[in-house]
Amino acid sequence: MKKFTMLDLLVLVIRRDLVLAMRRRADVFTTLIFFVMVASLFPLGVGPEPDMLRKMAAGVLWVAALLASMLSLGRLFSADYLDGTLEQMMLAPQSLSILVLGKMTAHWMVSGLPLVLMAPVLGLQFDMSAQAIGVLIIGLLLGTPILSMVGAIGAALTLGLRGGGVLLSLLVLPLCIPVLIFGTGAVEAVSSGLSIASHLSLLGALLVLALVFTPWVTAQALRISME
Amino acid sequence: MAINWFKYSAPTTFYGLAGKMIPWFAFFAAILFAIGLYIGFFVAPMDAQQGEFYRIMFIHVPASILSMFLYLIMAGYAALGLIFNTRLSAMMASAIAPTGALFALISLWTGALWGKPMWGAWWLWDARLTSELILLFLYLGFIALHASIEDPRRADRAAALLAIVGSVNVPIIYFSVTWWNTLHQGSTIKFSGTSMHIAMQQAMFTMLAACWLYAIAVVLARVRSIILERERNTAWVTQLPGIADLSEVKQ
Amino acid sequence: MLEVSNLACSRGDHRLFSGLSFNLLPGQIMQVQGVNGSGKTSLLRTLCGFLMPDEGEIVWRGESIRELDEEYYAEMLYLGHLNAIKDELSALENLRISAGLSGIELEEKEAMAALRRMGLRGRERLPTKVLSQGQRRRVALARLLVSDATLWILDEPLAALDVGAVALMQELIAEHLAKQGMVIFTTHQPLHVAGMEMRTLSLS
Repeated sequence: MKKFTMLDLLVLVIRRDLVLAMRRRADVFTTLIFFVMVASLFPLGVGPEPDMLRKMAAGVLWVAALLASMLSLGRLFSADYLDGTLEQMMLAPQSLSILVLGKMTAHWMVSGLPLVLMAPVLGLQFDMSAQAIGVLIIGLLLGTPILSMVGAIGAALTLGLRGGGVLLSLLVLPLCIPVLIFGTGAVEAVSSGLSIASHLSLLGALLVLALVFTPWVTAQALRISME
Repeated sequence: MAINWFKYSAPTTFYGLAGKMIPWFAFFAAILFAIGLYIGFFVAPMDAQQGEFYRIMFIHVPASILSMFLYLIMAGYAALGLIFNTRLSAMMASAIAPTGALFALISLWTGALWGKPMWGAWWLWDARLTSELILLFLYLGFIALHASIEDPRRADRAAALLAIVGSVNVPIIYFSVTWWNTLHQGSTIKFSGTSMHIAMQQAMFTMLAACWLYAIAVVLARVRSIILERERNTAWVTQLPGIADLSEVKQ
Repeated sequence: MLEVSNLACSRGDHRLFSGLSFNLLPGQIMQVQGVNGSGKTSLLRTLCGFLMPDEGEIVWRGESIRELDEEYYAEMLYLGHLNAIKDELSALENLRISAGLSGIELEEKEAMAALRRMGLRGRERLPTKVLSQGQRRRVALARLLVSDATLWILDEPLAALDVGAVALMQELIAEHLAKQGMVIFTTHQPLHVAGMEMRTLSLS
């Protein structure tokens, strides 16, 4: 019998979660539709003036992405918790942080990446320039993984609680404010002809920080919630 | 004389100790509040630019300072409880949270009242006000998470982890909000003049000390109720004078 | 091998058990007995490291399981009330993934053989949501066949199983003990392992 290395295990968890997501495609689409819907409600709320919409676009799309990713976070661990798989994951002979990282990655690929791919279309709805859309995409690519990772902490802490979904947003949204600020800041900078390097490098730094710390913190939170 | 600190880290002994300390803290808090408010309202002179309005800062500034420090202290106690598995630290953390949230709320409220005459608006997205608002959200998250978990041990540990994550995030949030604010050129409350009048300083420090003493008294009182609630089935609680009477009445 | 000393455990305010000590050696099997709510499952979950004991220590090969952590997990297998199988995946996929989580790469052939021995011939590739409760339990139990763990911790392994499957379980446990394995389990149904002395631990 061949033994699994850490990397094998990571790949196994990602593949498993992607297969499961493919067999439950409806969940993926609800997140995406929610994103599109929230973004489309704004022009109806504030009026159709193109100038104002162009100015708001980055903020609206980022807030919509933030809300959409909250929507799918509740499912990150709950199915595995209810059917006992999470127990088995905690008994894996590798660090739980690795498995958690795998689940975070899969979660981003299923719920974050589709938002990034959809964003240009919505950007056009708001009449954003091609340049601004490009920066928006880069920002979202750097930022949405952070949302999945920070959100995972909240998902682990609220595991199995009644009304966990609302609580989850209450815990996680304040922690995501920096991502929102730098992500929209970058688009604004490029629109007003300033350098985007500082915004994007700060987002990158946050991503690295999140990659280093959140899997471990989430693993601790899961251990607390499993007691 | 060597004091055995570990003796006081047991809820049983701490309950009695806290009971003796509360009246003192409460008493001095009341006196300092009286002195501070007197100096603030009657002794301190009118400000050249802000007129009488600035006097609200004698409440606003101590409340803001307390709300931030209390969060750090709360996270510190939470970390102690998580690492060393001491029950009292976790109880302290959950006792601090409501007081911290209260000070954050007072800070926001007085900030808005101050903002109306100064800026002409109740609320501006000033960097400090915005950070304070986010701090309030963090407090509320802590309280909500603690309240929604039934098992007290899990509640303590989960909320502790959240508090630690929050305290790591506070500097990042503060920095990003300040940066966001300068980018948008918002206004920030700035003191007129180069130096504060000596009476203003006295009032400010007296009020700050009063707020600290108040916070300590209230937190100790709250921790005593938490101890009673958590230990309600233990022998020493049922033998406490007031409680022994109660159980007799029930029978 | 597995030494438990002076273990105490509580749920909320309620003390389940205290001062619990025992020692389990290779080739031994122990049944944990007690009425509902006496803390059988809590004991097993404490042995898995899910629950932190109030007092006492659990030692595996001379070292505390808290310190060993992953090394201990590599040598133990836990089967709880929950089957840890996904409705959307087939029996085969489920088995290969759970083996993967316990650190073993399982070839399709081996997995098929294990499932067939569990009496699931012809159902290996069906999504488990079409299987019956007992068949799903069999999928979960198939992990015992493909594991190389020394210590088995089984919580109600016989629940939802028919007579044939119970006999098969007894056979599996006997094989495991013959290989110097160790078993701790709870059950409400009689379980006889031929030629083995069954130790019992009563929780009251």
